[in-house]
Amino acid sequence: MTAHGESVPRGFAMPVPSAGGFRESADSADAGGVAAPDLLDPDVKVDLAAEEQALRISQLLDRLDAEFIGLAPVKDRVREIAALLLIDRLRSRYGLTSSRPSLHMCFTGSPGTGKTTVATHMGELLRELGYLRKGQLVSVTRDDLVGQYVGHTAPKTKEVLKRAMGGVLLIDEAYYLYRPENERDYGQESIEILLQFMEAHREDLVVILAGYADRMDTFFRSNPGMASRIAHHIDFPDFTLDELLQIGEMMLEREQYRLSPAAREAFAEYTALRMSQPRFANARSIRNAIDRLRLRQARRLVTAGGLIARGDLMEISAGDVRASRVFRDAGRPVPATGGPGLS
Amino acid sequence: MRITPGTFSYLPDLTDDEIRAQVQYSIDQGWAVAVEFTDDPHPRNVLWEMWGLPMFGIADAAAAMHEVTQCRAAYPGHYIRVSAYDASLGRQTTALSFIVNRPAGEPGFRLDRQEASDRRIRYSLHPYATDQPAGERYGAGTMAPNGSRDNP
Repeated sequence: MTAHGESVPRGFAMPVPSAGGFRESADSADAGGVAAPDLLDPDVKVDLAAEEQALRISQLLDRLDAEFIGLAPVKDRVREIAALLLIDRLRSRYGLTSSRPSLHMCFTGSPGTGKTTVATHMGELLRELGYLRKGQLVSVTRDDLVGQYVGHTAPKTKEVLKRAMGGVLLIDEAYYLYRPENERDYGQESIEILLQFMEAHREDLVVILAGYADRMDTFFRSNPGMASRIAHHIDFPDFTLDELLQIGEMMLEREQYRLSPAAREAFAEYTALRMSQPRFANARSIRNAIDRLRLRQARRLVTAGGLIARGDLMEISAGDVRASRVFRDAGRPVPATGGPGLS
Repeated sequence: MRITPGTFSYLPDLTDDEIRAQVQYSIDQGWAVAVEFTDDPHPRNVLWEMWGLPMFGIADAAAAMHEVTQCRAAYPGHYIRVSAYDASLGRQTTALSFIVNRPAGEPGFRLDRQEASDRRIRYSLHPYATDQPAGERYGAGTMAPNGSRDNP
């Protein structure tokens, strides 16, 4: 380290800077030293709206609102983080200290409430807010972190952490990391390295743990250090019927399908029925339902034969929706254990 | 004597921010960055010890800086360099390599003349540092001009 102490800070990003360019920057560094930012006078007032405009925060939040339906707790938290960024920028202009907040998060919620989807967007969001340099997402599960023999876990976990630096590390179903039933399990080692990195590289890395709420609670109870190092515990609520219908419409639109008016009614009925049945997985069930709608529409079109227009290829009819087993099963009592899934 | 292998070696030592900028440039070019160290300054010593595996698939220079910091902590008195490998088709070679850590004192080299047959002379370079066993060169003590350390 001693070798680095005496050199003058200079900035150049190209590997072979031209001699002239380099000399210039060296001179300016010598002349100015460390440039002190122009601090504002304590009495000066700054227009908050103008600052927000400059950082384009409101555009970002609008896009968040448009892309995600429901998920109020998530949006609130992002709004808070964005607001803090804005305030921190202003504070630094008055010479007040502003440290980067800890951004490690834990997402809990029922299946299909968008935990993973939000995590994938969180990297990009935090990058645009200026909290992350790259914002890439590295999504891992227990297999990617925990090794198979002594001494395998630490390099493996570190490798993953290094890949995630500058972005987001999403650990899906994080509770599998800790297996209390096997005391020789290497998961604990992985957790310790994670904790160490989360603390030491708070600037470089955002760790998001995702999983079902009850199991996550057990996980945190046995790893209190983990719970306390995560600043944001966000619970994803179940979607309401309206939200699910909106999500369905959005998914169809993205795949360039549309529901006929009658089909829209049928789909609303279908969703209401499906919600009351077991193994309902929120948006994931809707996505699966839409995949099956496409199958039925395709079969209907192929069976009918004849001439087909562009509109026919896009439109899903009420019959496609009503052919679902959900409607048939609606009257009957639901079997306690069923097949792998409802169709 | 300051040895000068690799890029930037005639410049003043890079600061950590400059190293970070170079590493980020390398990553952005799609090169895999590796950290290597040695305590043998001989110019023909090109294959240095590897500090872990080359870092494939990292996106941010912070990961490489973490390894550089770790390596410096473990080998403060060694030469440490960062190499960037370009694995693109037809190149597969070191695209950039520069020193990120040097020992406090570099004792330099001795020129050895060997009398060969027919009064021919063979020359060789002998780094004073290699008079000490590997791992004990550039130790805590300062280097005397003859390469021996004042305090072991």
